Amino acid sequence: MTTLLFENVRLIDPASGLDEPGRLLVKDGRIAGRDRAGAEGAPEAAAVIDGGGAVLCPGLVDMRVEIGEPGHEYRETVSSASRAAFAGGVTSVAVLPTGTPAIDDPAMVRLLCSRGQAADTVSLLPYGALTKGCRGEELAEIGLLAEAGAVAFTDGAKAVGPARLMRQALTYARAFDAMVVQHPEEPSLAGAGCATDGELAVRLGLPGIPTAAEAIMIARDIRLAELTKGRLHFGHVSTAEGVELIRQAKARGLNVTCDTAPPYFDLNETAIGNFRTWSKLSPPLRPEADRQAVCAGLADGTIDAIASDHTPRDADDKRLPFAQAAAGGTGLATLLAITLARVHDGTLGLSDALALMTSRPARLLRSAAGTLATGALADLCLFAPDRIWQIIAKDLPGQAHNTPFDGRAVEGKVLGTWKAGVRVFGDAP
Amino acid sequence: MTESSSSLTHSASQTSGQTYGNGSDESRAFVPSSRHLLGIQGLHPSRIEPILDLAESYVLMNRSRKTPRDLLRGRTLINLFFEDSTRTRTSFELAGKRLGADVVNMSVAQSSVNKGETLLDTAATLNAMRADLLVIRHSQSGAPALLARKVDACVINAGDGTHEHPTQALLDALTIRRHFGQIGGLTVAICGDVSHSRVARSNIHLLTSVGARVRVIGPPTLVPGAISALGVEVFHSMEEGLRDADVVMMLRLQKERMASGQIPSMREFFRFFGLDRRRLALAKPGALVMHPGPMNRGVEIDSRVADSDQSAIQEQVEMGVAVRMAVIDRLIRAGQN
Repeated sequence: MTTLLFENVRLIDPASGLDEPGRLLVKDGRIAGRDRAGAEGAPEAAAVIDGGGAVLCPGLVDMRVEIGEPGHEYRETVSSASRAAFAGGVTSVAVLPTGTPAIDDPAMVRLLCSRGQAADTVSLLPYGALTKGCRGEELAEIGLLAEAGAVAFTDGAKAVGPARLMRQALTYARAFDAMVVQHPEEPSLAGAGCATDGELAVRLGLPGIPTAAEAIMIARDIRLAELTKGRLHFGHVSTAEGVELIRQAKARGLNVTCDTAPPYFDLNETAIGNFRTWSKLSPPLRPEADRQAVCAGLADGTIDAIASDHTPRDADDKRLPFAQAAAGGTGLATLLAITLARVHDGTLGLSDALALMTSRPARLLRSAAGTLATGALADLCLFAPDRIWQIIAKDLPGQAHNTPFDGRAVEGKVLGTWKAGVRVFGDAP
Repeated sequence: MTESSSSLTHSASQTSGQTYGNGSDESRAFVPSSRHLLGIQGLHPSRIEPILDLAESYVLMNRSRKTPRDLLRGRTLINLFFEDSTRTRTSFELAGKRLGADVVNMSVAQSSVNKGETLLDTAATLNAMRADLLVIRHSQSGAPALLARKVDACVINAGDGTHEHPTQALLDALTIRRHFGQIGGLTVAICGDVSHSRVARSNIHLLTSVGARVRVIGPPTLVPGAISALGVEVFHSMEEGLRDADVVMMLRLQKERMASGQIPSMREFFRFFGLDRRRLALAKPGALVMHPGPMNRGVEIDSRVADSDQSAIQEQVEMGVAVRMAVIDRLIRAGQN
């Protein structure tokens, strides 16, 4: 089969701590070896790719992605999501189970896994529904779903409200060493709120959600994790108080982890401006102090991963009065570029930032992806960390264009993406 | 101005020097436009005073029944009411007709919206009909702003959700100004369900921007904690909040507030937050009593107060027509330039 040699690249492999100029050899879709810069010679018949000094790192592992399939293909399909992912350097995505129907049957997990094996499709790591139909009433078949390949269990952007149900989920999931992912928002307190409680919500006359809704849910579930010894993960953590509670839980040695998403460390609530529905997210954007606390949580390691929280929505879902508009923003194509903003402003080192999108989420999901180790699948991302471009919603790849970052100038552009050694994005050299 | 709070001026976009929102229609930054009246927030006092002055002249013309009926000849004003409101709709209708416009009332019951036509489809339809002015009332905060981005007509917000009701604030300001000669320096107490009141928000923006001292009084469940960031003083006791007030502005209490558990009962609300003669006596002698209507007698206001000499409630209705004439007049003229 084919042999590829990446030359003149800065190799960064957060899993092993590698960060140096070098060369990477790919054979038959797998990483065959690497050496330092300046090494001479190439295997016979190797196609040489000159990276021009750009960074070559593992393809990104995005641990929180919604795809319109099944049931909402008008929003996005596996194939359009793949185009967006590859353009963003993402090669593996953990897919939320909140389609219609919900992914609560082992056959659907197998279907998604197999679709992700196609050469032109991003690798799909399906979440299983935590409760049947993601209705929050009775547990889904966690064992069977795990056996079929579900990487973790969640009801997506719907919090598990009843404490008793959450206790059961955390307890039962232990039998399969399965991770339970919670949407950290106390639903009865959040109610119909669509913005963070505070001055801006009052000015706009929008029903608010207090940041305490996140803190209460996180505090409760940390206590339940302590009670049950279950594996608990919080998705898209967005408040100072939430980050602090998780920091303390980790300090106490509890098995609690979390991720956040670019909007929560790059935007604050003012982005909703004059009822701008493209910035309507769940959880809602927060005041500036919370954004800064999320940055601090990334810097000190409290936050384990950065996920895009990709939530495709149709223009008709968004062109409504604010409270009626759908929440969520796309993020696959912009995950790396927005995260690099925190590298350029000194919040994160480059290798640490990449770890948050490769090795660390891969470890949480028990996936073999996210590494440059010899023998690993050659899922790769080549990017120029300083190249400037502007995010223009309508020009982004993929079917849905509801990014909250429309108009944002960013530094850091993906030049090429490879899945199992096959180039899936960028111009062939 | 109302934009006094510093907590809203910090954003990630500003700290990192990025420019957002140039890419598409949906995300274009909001610029207060002179073509529409969507809210009082962001409106400079220098643009408020001329509206009130013009409204004064319309008060006189209305009383003498001599209004410039050729001013808006050939112009079309559409009242687009997604929420029922007899008085505001009638007030706009009269205002338009007294200036000579063709006035069309469209009562869009919520049910027909639920049948599938979206607000923006409605907007496109009205645009095709070449309306000059759209007066919109909607149950959702921000609906007029959404509409304004999609139509060529001037849009007047006649009340959106719990956001703003700018013509109400203007007519209240006119009523107060006529009574006291000026607004600056007065103490105005706004009482009742502040949380869900667009009237309260618009009045707070207007009154604070022209130099009045504004107090809000209500049970803590109906007064959002962050309201003080709008430059008002918060009270949870009528006895304390009404002391030495020049103006007492009552808000309508919606029955839903009981269902949602924000207050236990009407009678408890009236007992602690209703305006009766005893409480009114705590305000300045001769204090002005106002209410945007329709009133719930015996819930937020006692009939003897509502019907007393101190009540400006009927005058508010009269000022409403004049103020709306002034607003329509100014928007149409601004559109001509």
